[in-house]
Amino acid sequence: MGVEFEPRIIAFMCNWCTYAAADTAGVSRMQQSLNVLPIRVMCSGRVSPEMVLRAFRAGADGVLVMGCHIGDCHYSNGNHRTIKRMPLLRNLLGYTGINPERLELQWVSGAEAPRFVEVTEAFIAKIRQLGPLSQEVME
Amino acid sequence: MSITLTIDGQSVQAEEGQTVLEVAKRAGVTIPTLCYHPALEPLGACRLCVVEVIQRGRSQIVTSCTMPAEPGMEVRTSTPAVMESRRTVLELLLSRCPNVPVIQQLAAQYGVTEPPFEADDPNEKCILCGLCVRACNDLVGAHVLNFSDRGISRVIGPAFMEKTRDCIGCGACTIVCPTGAIEIVLEKEALYAAKPLGPASAIYVPFLQAVPRVPVIDTDACIRFRQQARTNGELADACGVCQLLCEARAIDYTQQDEELDIEVGAVVVATGFADFDPYLAPQYSFGKSPNIITGIEFERLSNSGGPTEGEILTAEGVPPKSVAILHCVGSRDKHTNKYCSRVCCMYALKQAHLVRDKTGADVFEFYMDIRAPGKSYEEFYERVQEEGVHFIRGKGAEVTVQPDGKLLVKGEDADLSRVVAVSVDMVILGTGMTAQPDAAEVSHLFGIGCGNEGFFTEAHPKLRPVETNTDGVYLAGTCQGPRDVPDTVAHANAAAAEVLALLTKGEVVISPATAEVNRDKCVGCGDCIPVCPYTAIARVDGKAQVNAALCKGCGTCVATCPSGAIEALHFTDEQIVAQIEGVLKWV
Ligand SMILES: Cc1cc2nc3c(=O)[nH]c(=O)nc-3n(C[C@H](O)[C@H](O)[C@H](O)COP(=O)(O)OP(=O)(O)OC[C@H]3O[C@@H](n4cnc5c(N)ncnc54)[C@H](O)[C@@H]3O)c2cc1C
Ligand code: SF4
Ligand code: FES
Ligand code: FES
Repeated sequence: MGVEFEPRIIAFMCNWCTYAAADTAGVSRMQQSLNVLPIRVMCSGRVSPEMVLRAFRAGADGVLVMGCHIGDCHYSNGNHRTIKRMPLLRNLLGYTGINPERLELQWVSGAEAPRFVEVTEAFIAKIRQLGPLSQEVME
Repeated sequence: MSITLTIDGQSVQAEEGQTVLEVAKRAGVTIPTLCYHPALEPLGACRLCVVEVIQRGRSQIVTSCTMPAEPGMEVRTSTPAVMESRRTVLELLLSRCPNVPVIQQLAAQYGVTEPPFEADDPNEKCILCGLCVRACNDLVGAHVLNFSDRGISRVIGPAFMEKTRDCIGCGACTIVCPTGAIEIVLEKEALYAAKPLGPASAIYVPFLQAVPRVPVIDTDACIRFRQQARTNGELADACGVCQLLCEARAIDYTQQDEELDIEVGAVVVATGFADFDPYLAPQYSFGKSPNIITGIEFERLSNSGGPTEGEILTAEGVPPKSVAILHCVGSRDKHTNKYCSRVCCMYALKQAHLVRDKTGADVFEFYMDIRAPGKSYEEFYERVQEEGVHFIRGKGAEVTVQPDGKLLVKGEDADLSRVVAVSVDMVILGTGMTAQPDAAEVSHLFGIGCGNEGFFTEAHPKLRPVETNTDGVYLAGTCQGPRDVPDTVAHANAAAAEVLALLTKGEVVISPATAEVNRDKCVGCGDCIPVCPYTAIARVDGKAQVNAALCKGCGTCVATCPSGAIEALHFTDEQIVAQIEGVLKWV
């Protein structure tokens, strides 16, 4: 095989927690891979199933939806919707031929920059294992 | 109707029905009394209040407490006959009770220094005036005290002079008794139970700085409310002394809690903290000895308005010889609260200082490290060290109650690398701060965030420390996190300033990133209405409509709408998809 597969990951981050954590991780010069492509939304509750599917269609190998921990959402309970929506969407992903493992929901608060790195690195490693989405869908 | 009479040559006004004594008191004329109490019907028992009354040309010596004032009456309060009469009364009283200070003083005023007769019992204090009997029967309605026997063997007491369960221990008799003949004897445990925190009486001003500074009635202690509760509301006529004596007529027993609807432009949440529950740290044996107290109980004990008037006493009623103060109770502990409560190091040092100052007792402080950040705090710590407090660096591990009632405190002294144990008379637990138990409810009420520990979340930890994510709702003090009084005041002032800024501006600035409904696409299903955390969406003419002043732009409704009829301005689907496609194109 030629060049090693570099997964492309779309990460939806809520403005108030995870986006801040990502910022802090950067400012603190934590070692990070370059595979995560951040998309800022005001709240994880803004991420509709359609958005996730559009990301896969546009060529993402994995999608992370990230927001504040339950109870910490800037909008009180926007993430209560997310926590119901995403597992449901994961169940449905199978029918489209996409491995549900390629979608993950993770809570990372603004104070958890190390956790942000941990979570994203683990996800990158997993997607690396799974290989490119294009290959999976073609099979 | 008003009437006119003369007292010692002075013409005075009186209300019909008033007694001569009441009128004289009002006019500033002093008449000695023993068996008179403004809250009770006069009986004329002690005969000390005698005066000379001249009516229709006839002179009479009468007890002024029972004599009704009449028009044209002439009263003389210090004629030789009156003085002689009072002297005789006092000679007899002093003979009966030679060692009662009030009687000795009164007698001395009338020139009686030696009792003319020898007392049967030199320790007798009761003058049989019956004030207590009237208080017990007429006011309290407990019907415990009464006269029994006759003549020289007449006595006052409960039936058969036996202990009775009918006595409710209200203490009214001890208050009215002019000679201090009645004492309330409480069992030790009862005394302690009443001591550390309870108010001293059933009606009291909550604390000196209370606003408004008016008394409140403790309905669990008040005789009248207790009677009402006992009889399921049938009877409510006991006591009533406070109402009777309040000249402003401000006492209203029928007052109820009421709910008021007040419209405001801003709210400052300042609901404070709750004390850490010491039962959650059972190694410190809280509740097993009355001499193991929490920091806040110590505050009450050493407060001059407290039950011991600020004296630091053990449950046995004596000053302690040794005291242990344990830091970090419930704080910095993975089993209870992980965080540092911030104020307890300093209050523990203050309490150590108070104990040293007031009692001179040996003080042992068990601490992990002293957190004394703040102006002059480190200096205070040094001062307390110089005052001879023993500092043991190591968290108190355990408190046990010894068979002799002493308290054994064990811990590790990290400086000496060995286990230490001290036996003390009193243990103060430096209990930390926790969020109020109803914090979750309050946070829902105002739509504000609440962290894992239960403290409310500010809009930004550095830049917006008093604002919340709900416009118009601000935080002040420990409801946001542990802090001491100076920091609380600073925080509260900042909140007040924010409120003023908001209210004086006269207009509210909102973010342009709000949700907007496309009425052509909306089918009026209403799915978006319940998901909005701010109730910003309503159905207007069958279709959803977003109130831009309430919307915070989270976009949850956008993701929920099955018809794609709502857009999040500045975060439209189109914009997000363009971003996704854009970033993917280049990597
Ligand atoms: C033992 C001890 C000793 C201390 N000693 C000192 C000291 O010497 N110096 C110092 O600077 N600090 C000291 N502190 C800290 C100090 O007590 C706090 O900093 C201060 O009380 C915080 O004030 P607050 O207004 O935030 O909260 P609180 O004092 O807790 O006041 C909150 C108020 O809100 C009311 N409330 C709660 N919920 C509601 C509701 N839902 N609706 C309406 N009202 C509500 C409560 O009844 C209470 O009156 C000590 C603390 C402790 C525990
Ligand atoms: S302030 Fe001191 S006693 Fe209180 S939790 Fe922090 S370290 Fe412990
Ligand atoms: S704002 Fe972060 S999940 Fe809602
Ligand atoms: S006060 Fe009037 S008789 Fe005692």
